Amino acid sequence: MPSTIETVETVQELTGAYKYGFVTDIEMDMAPKGLSEDTIRYISAQKNEPEWLLEWRLKALSLWQKMEEPKWAKVDYPKIDYQDLYYYAAPKKKGDGPKSLDEVDPELLNTYEKLGIPLKEQEILAGVVAVDAVFDSVSVATTYKAKLEEKGIIFCSFSEAVHRAPELVKKYLGSVVPQSDNYFACLNSAVFSDGSFVYVPKGVRCPMELSTYFRINAQNTGQFERTLIIVEEGSYVSYLEGCTAPQRDENQLHAAVVELIALDDAEIKYSTVQNWYPGDAEGKGGIYNFVTKRGACRGKRSKISWTQVETGSAVTWKYPSCILQGDDSVGEFYSVAITNNAQQADTGTKMIHIGKNTRSTIVSKGIAAGRSDNTYRGLVRVLAGAEGARNYSQCDSLLIGDKCGAHTVPYIESRTPFSTLEHEATTARISDDQLFLCRQRGLSSEEAVALIVNGFCKEVLQNLPMEFAVEAQKLVGISLEGSVG
Amino acid sequence: MSNGLVIKDLRVSIGDKEILKGINLTVEPGVVHAIMGPNGSGKSTLAHVISGRPGYEVTGGSITFDGHDVLEMEPEERAAVGLFLAFQYPVEIPGVTNVNFLKTAVNSLRKARGEKELDPMAFLKLLREKAKALELPEDMLKRQLNVGFSGGEKKRNEMLQMAVLAPKLAILDETDSGLDIDAIRIVAEGVNAQRSPDRAFLVITHYQRLLDYIVPDVVHVLAYGKIVETGGADLARRLEKTGYAEYTPAA
Ligand SMILES: Nc1ncnc2c1ncn2[C@@H]1O[C@H](COP(=O)(O)OP(=O)(O)O)[C@@H](O)[C@H]1O
Ligand SMILES: [Mg+2]
Repeated sequence: MPSTIETVETVQELTGAYKYGFVTDIEMDMAPKGLSEDTIRYISAQKNEPEWLLEWRLKALSLWQKMEEPKWAKVDYPKIDYQDLYYYAAPKKKGDGPKSLDEVDPELLNTYEKLGIPLKEQEILAGVVAVDAVFDSVSVATTYKAKLEEKGIIFCSFSEAVHRAPELVKKYLGSVVPQSDNYFACLNSAVFSDGSFVYVPKGVRCPMELSTYFRINAQNTGQFERTLIIVEEGSYVSYLEGCTAPQRDENQLHAAVVELIALDDAEIKYSTVQNWYPGDAEGKGGIYNFVTKRGACRGKRSKISWTQVETGSAVTWKYPSCILQGDDSVGEFYSVAITNNAQQADTGTKMIHIGKNTRSTIVSKGIAAGRSDNTYRGLVRVLAGAEGARNYSQCDSLLIGDKCGAHTVPYIESRTPFSTLEHEATTARISDDQLFLCRQRGLSSEEAVALIVNGFCKEVLQNLPMEFAVEAQKLVGISLEGSVG
Repeated sequence: MSNGLVIKDLRVSIGDKEILKGINLTVEPGVVHAIMGPNGSGKSTLAHVISGRPGYEVTGGSITFDGHDVLEMEPEERAAVGLFLAFQYPVEIPGVTNVNFLKTAVNSLRKARGEKELDPMAFLKLLREKAKALELPEDMLKRQLNVGFSGGEKKRNEMLQMAVLAPKLAILDETDSGLDIDAIRIVAEGVNAQRSPDRAFLVITHYQRLLDYIVPDVVHVLAYGKIVETGGADLARRLEKTGYAEYTPAA
């Protein structure tokens, strides 16, 4: 059983420093700085993309140029100069790109090792996880493919999928998150570099957790991953996404798009542990994380479940959502969002009930410490035809200290009288008596906070696959370091 | 140095109000002391100050335990040198199981003392054995700490923590309050089973009843912030008849 002792050991190991704050020194192929048609043509050419995809990107660019950056979220950050960013960086290729790990830049492997990513083949063979590692923008190694291919599952980088499964990409890209959906999704549609692609054919239960580790590296490189997961009739997949980033003094922009499609009786479980660099105690540096994640339950009785543990980034703006189109489809959102020091998070979900008897569950646990701001923003919308729709929402906030803020902003709209919507919200503070009880029994104040907060988040953490649950529990402790006494 | 707990002329205030007005008390290793006294006389305050609960101002005097200057130590450091407090009002920690809480505590203490952590199997064995001795049902170990526990369960659970953490000095703050006679007997048996030459107890109680089962070596009466009388087990029996009326506030 994972314990807070491990958390504390990890904290000590870190001695207050962010563990992943180092920079890998390798040559980069850079796109020209700034955002223009030329940048997009460069990216598309680098990837050998078909004409239709280049056109698609260019269309997004022209849409984006007419859009305004959104201001409604309860987050505050300096203005981003989009012309001062690099939109593409790939590790230097030797010839045609690596055929095995031996061909991968040793510096890169070294970085992964420091991050503790089980990329090395022997480690992967020992486990059950296939890793499609994304270093900056390009997937450098994909393992376990053979075993997945046996079942007809495609798990590869997005760029590879464009060539391997062009019909699927063409059919589903932008079908859940249209280009014009929002400012950041539109930007992503124009300049997305790479990401993951998963296709599970009819009647197949994916035999292992699929996992991708994202990592932001090169200085001033905006990150624009694009992930597309399609699960056919009666199939199942569990997908894990985890992130770490090296320490930086400049804020870095991250604007990913994730699209999920579940057909009849299909199920997608998508889990995220996000611990990007949150900035120093004063909020300097750190990642801006503006992500659009959306799943479409297109089929009858389909199910999409989001579980997220958000501890990192300076500014987070993220609402994994479900469009419950198929009758009897199910959407779930389990979230832990932790903010400390000067971090800001505005996160939540949207559940759009379209089909009959659709059900959704929202469990959100927000923890705010230091001078941070933590907002839950959720929308439950029941359309006129969604008779028998049900939603249960539970939003709990935990405050540590008295300089932080927790806000709950639920929007509930129902256009049918035949729906059942329940919303519960609580706010609590870690009490001095709880802390004293723990310390009297021998726990340090940091161990005590980690234990109490892990207890508070338990309902969500226990939804994570085992490998992630352990890491997530440690992160909870690490991210709240220095929040008391 | 193992000379136990030595309190000299301890003065404690909350805000502008002086609660403890010069306490002198020595609890030698292996000895059972009882502190009795009317409500509001400062018994819990004394227990809290010994164990380091924030919110009290020590305006004078000293507390040492086995030579350690207790007032200079963090609460967890005091726990590590063997001080334990069974709370009068144990608080809930939602989502944290009893097992996980105790395992974390045991291993924190072991680490602070430079000992190896207990492996999960060895820990569970120890925990089950102690729970059995206190007649605690096994399913209580898996429940969230103090959440939905009855008054009696909370107090017995405090005794379980004491048994597992094996302190050198255990302070029991009105562990008997709210317990029926059967529960008092179980608690007392638990304490008696743990009496040993290197474990001292400071049993705080309002009623003499508990002391029928845990027979103390020394009894003190704390009234209006001062220890006003000290005697043997017979002092407790006398108070049972006379009550605390004879003690009046110091002029
Ligand atoms: N947090 C507090 N603030 C103000 N007064 C307090 C506080 N805690 C205790 N007191 C006062 O201190 C005195 C001693 O209380 P306590 O130590 O709890 O007594 P006992 O345990 O003997 O009943 C009482 O008069 C009580 O009202
Ligand atoms: Mg009391």
